[in-house]
Amino acid sequence: MNWFADHQLSILTFLPLAGAAAIAFTPRTEAERIRWLALASSLAAFGLAVWVFIAFDIYQPGMQFIEYRPWIDSPPISYHLGIDGLSLLLILLTAFLTPLAVLASWTSITRHVKEFFLFLLALETGMIGVFAALDLVLFFFFWEAMLIPMYFLIGVWGHERRVYAAVKFILYTMLGSALMLVGILFLYRTTGSFDLGVIQSQIASGAVYLTGNAQILLFLAFFVAFAIKVPMFPFHTWLPDAHVEAPTAGSVILAGVLLKMGTYGMLRFCLPLFPQAARELSPVIIALAIVGILYGSLVAMVQPDMKKLVAYSSVAHLGFVVLGIFTFDVGGFEGAIYQMCSHGVSTGALFILVGMLYDRRHTRLIREFGGLATTVPVYSAFFLIVALSSLGLPLLNGFVGEFLIILSAFHVRPLYGALAAVGVVLAAVYLLWMYQRVFYGEVKSEKNRTITDLNEREKVILVSLVFVILWMGIYPQTFLRRLDTTATQIMERVERGPEYFGTSLERKR
Amino acid sequence: MRAVQIAGREPGGNRMEILLLFILIPPLVGAALNGIFGRRYSQALVSLIGCGASGIAMIFALAAAWTYSHSAADPAPIIQKYFTWIEAGAFRAEFALYYDRLTLVMTLTVTVVAFLIHIYSRGYMEHEGGYYRFFCYLNLFLFMMLVLVTASNYLLMFVGWEGVGLCSYLLIGFYFRKKSASDAGKKAFIVTRIGDAGLTLGVALLFWTFGSVDFQYLAARIDDATPGYMQGTLTAAALLLFLGAVGKSAQLPLYVWLPDAMEGPTPVSALIHAATMVTAGVYLVARSHVLFSHTPVALAVVGTVGALTAFFAATIALVQNDLKRLLAYSTISQLGYMFLACGVGVFSAGIFHLMTHAFFKSLLFLAAGSVMHAMSGELDMRKMGGLRHKLKTTWTTFLVATLAISGVPLFSGFFSKDEILVGVYEGPLGQHWMFWLAALTAAMTAFYMFRGLLMTFHGPPRVTPEAEHHLHESSSKMTLPLVILAFFSVVTGYVGWPATLGGGERFNAYLDPVFGHSVALLTAENMRVTDHRLSHLALMGLSIAAATAGILVAIWFYLRSTQVPGLLASRFDGLYQLLVRKYYVDEFYDWILVHPLRRLSESFLWKTVDAQSIDGIFVDGSAGLTFHAGRLLRRIQSGNLRSYATWILLGAVLWLGYILWH
Repeated sequence: MNWFADHQLSILTFLPLAGAAAIAFTPRTEAERIRWLALASSLAAFGLAVWVFIAFDIYQPGMQFIEYRPWIDSPPISYHLGIDGLSLLLILLTAFLTPLAVLASWTSITRHVKEFFLFLLALETGMIGVFAALDLVLFFFFWEAMLIPMYFLIGVWGHERRVYAAVKFILYTMLGSALMLVGILFLYRTTGSFDLGVIQSQIASGAVYLTGNAQILLFLAFFVAFAIKVPMFPFHTWLPDAHVEAPTAGSVILAGVLLKMGTYGMLRFCLPLFPQAARELSPVIIALAIVGILYGSLVAMVQPDMKKLVAYSSVAHLGFVVLGIFTFDVGGFEGAIYQMCSHGVSTGALFILVGMLYDRRHTRLIREFGGLATTVPVYSAFFLIVALSSLGLPLLNGFVGEFLIILSAFHVRPLYGALAAVGVVLAAVYLLWMYQRVFYGEVKSEKNRTITDLNEREKVILVSLVFVILWMGIYPQTFLRRLDTTATQIMERVERGPEYFGTSLERKR
Repeated sequence: MRAVQIAGREPGGNRMEILLLFILIPPLVGAALNGIFGRRYSQALVSLIGCGASGIAMIFALAAAWTYSHSAADPAPIIQKYFTWIEAGAFRAEFALYYDRLTLVMTLTVTVVAFLIHIYSRGYMEHEGGYYRFFCYLNLFLFMMLVLVTASNYLLMFVGWEGVGLCSYLLIGFYFRKKSASDAGKKAFIVTRIGDAGLTLGVALLFWTFGSVDFQYLAARIDDATPGYMQGTLTAAALLLFLGAVGKSAQLPLYVWLPDAMEGPTPVSALIHAATMVTAGVYLVARSHVLFSHTPVALAVVGTVGALTAFFAATIALVQNDLKRLLAYSTISQLGYMFLACGVGVFSAGIFHLMTHAFFKSLLFLAAGSVMHAMSGELDMRKMGGLRHKLKTTWTTFLVATLAISGVPLFSGFFSKDEILVGVYEGPLGQHWMFWLAALTAAMTAFYMFRGLLMTFHGPPRVTPEAEHHLHESSSKMTLPLVILAFFSVVTGYVGWPATLGGGERFNAYLDPVFGHSVALLTAENMRVTDHRLSHLALMGLSIAAATAGILVAIWFYLRSTQVPGLLASRFDGLYQLLVRKYYVDEFYDWILVHPLRRLSESFLWKTVDAQSIDGIFVDGSAGLTFHAGRLLRRIQSGNLRSYATWILLGAVLWLGYILWH
């Protein structure tokens, strides 16, 4: 029991990898056993994540469930894990979405079943690792390791232009990673450590002095890497391609979790380490975030392909998250984190829904459909609930985050709040218009007349998603309470910034 | 920081805690049951659940009203906190319910009308597909509407606000196979959402100014603010809230969705688009009366928008040939009256009209639905006429409601409209132009309503033979609610029997604890030198004269000299077309906003910026650059020894030359 208590995070992180190993030793002919193994190990990870979520102490500041073990002596790299409210929620989200991704791929993946689930589980380990790592090298390790399975998921099991999309995805991300690596190495040269906690306290205490320019450059090195991942306008063009080409599970994980790594990085590294630079650059970043909201919504509106529409809507939703982060307000942080999770659930659900339709009709073009509400009423009802959650209807998950973000943005400058509110209107436009064209009207095509409604497996997936959508909307305090301390702490770091760095930046200008 | 007063310990408080929750729960349960299992239920069970849920809600609303009136708390508000809904940073919103006399009026109006419409729908929807869906949405709507009127803070009210919008969307598009129906639903949702964006920002402004979104706390803090202090902020907040009201209550310039909303089943038009949801904006302004009374500028905007909308919508209603659309424009116009009342500072008159209007307008719609039923879905009044012989009950009840809305004495609309007219004439912020415009609108209202009545039920029949064959009075399921509503359309006015006629204006007096303070403040701070040359009795005479004139002209046009309307239409063809085409406002919005936005998004943002510039030049461009550079450099690595030797020689020569040069 003690061993378990001391290593909960490691177990949680590597449990999926163990599942992947088990799959590796299963003969490829036994596809059914592989599927069940994948489901079982991802469910076990989810169970453990829920356990951690419950055991998490909401009042304790700083990191919890810490594990520390030196790894390499020189340079000093350690195996350092720990979570706060921010990582807690994102890990829970990851662990929640992975079993659903497994279930969504149950019958639609027929080629290389073994490798598919192996990569999917390896990916989960990488994702949880990113959110739990507290050593920069370890973080970077997970960050890069995660790319490999994702690359294959898109490149092997994707659709027609999968290779183009996979290469685009990996090159875009690598460009950011390269910048971040330079940043990490520079930080090591100045502080002599890769440990996030050590670096943070050295910078905060003034033991290490970063000039204004250095701070801005470091901030940008990290920020650009994260902005590509988010993706923020104008680094977003890999996203629609990657989503359209990826298999359903790939899209779910990509939109549900991978994008959040960008915004996670901003909250974990950019703000606490370089608060003054963050403040200095915040007008530009807020402008880009708002452009992302409006631009993403408008481009989503005119997409002929449902998956592309959802992909562009992600650009808009993540624009909200970045806006929330750079309001420098506790409510804004909490709203941003909430919006990350909420977007993961809603958009994950949307991709799963589009995938179900694709399994049946082998097309995602909106104009191919029409009148589905008549032929597949249950599916239509679920789609409607998810679409409403995505457009931020109160009592569903999307509203809470969006509202808190608009509230905080309004405080920074009323115009920001107003523009974000326009984004909310546009979300209704593109989602309801799509819904109308796909589900309402007469059934025009014969092919749509014969498609079948949801089966039991699909109902299980959607009911669990809708359950979470309702919970997050009706009683958000379950999650918000766990964010209070973390958001306040990030805020303290950001506020402490100016005392230490203010003068140097002033002088530089 | 928060001043939520928990009334749990007061006598009657604990009972209220349960009663209030129990008003909300039945419709929610009904919606869930029918929504999840309804497909497998029989029609009888579905309607039992749907009607039962709304009936129980009504009983609990009555019980709450009785308990509240007999508790020590009355007339002070009772606030029941259940749990904290959202708390993040400085922000906090409770799930808490608020009950005062205004809530009492609203909950009773909403539940009674809703219950009757549920009953009516049993008959009306009998032969329609999606019976369970209909009752699920209707129950959900009732739940959301009740949340809206019982919420104790702006955010929770916003839940109901958006929730009724959702149900409105679903119910307008109920016949979703029809393109026009799903278009109308979408339009309703999006247009009202534009207003909602304003409402959200208004709530944000109030929160950052006062640190709370709680009604009671805000009212106290706004009252504490010294006069003139923060005037700009208060005005901005009030106008932003009003933007939400404009969208929801279909006022200028966001009214365009309501006429289209008539695509929904008629009971929906009656419940949502006449009696309850569309009045939410009026409720919002009335509930925020403390805020509005501190900013005369915003109130003037409310009054002006209300007066103009009332007039503008009435002009369109004059020429409508579709019975339901006629009623829709009439609703917009009557909502304008309610805003006008609030805008001049007589909130209770606005709420009074809201209540009477809920009864007679839902009656008009339900009667129109009964006509539609008899006519196999026909709504064009040019194809009706003389129906009164076949549809006796429908005709009688329609007549009662028409008399009520036209402002004929002894019918409810007369009392509430008269109160508004008096208020506009001598209220704290009343303007004379508003009064004359409102009086003119009253005459027009009487005219177009009687035009509708006469074209439908009187004169020679213009019904096609096939339709004539089916013509029949609706079943008692439908006519019973009509009769009950007709009764209410007469008597609800009597609670506000004016002092001029020896009454006690009890409705006014009843709401005085709610609005009295604000009205007094407005009166004190806006003492205009007005000539009250016209006495109350003269005003009333004027209002009766306006109604009579409208009715007489309608009778002259549509019973006596039936050629006159056609002659007028061709004589003033330009004006007539302008009215028939509804001033081309929809076309204008399409031209200025909808099409440009689509073109911008499609050809510029997506295809030019995304595909050509970012992807074409930077992403694929850099990839292409790498590729071509690689291809060029590859030539050097040819594996050909002689070419390598040439390169070496060339390099050596250049290097030597460089050294020699220096």
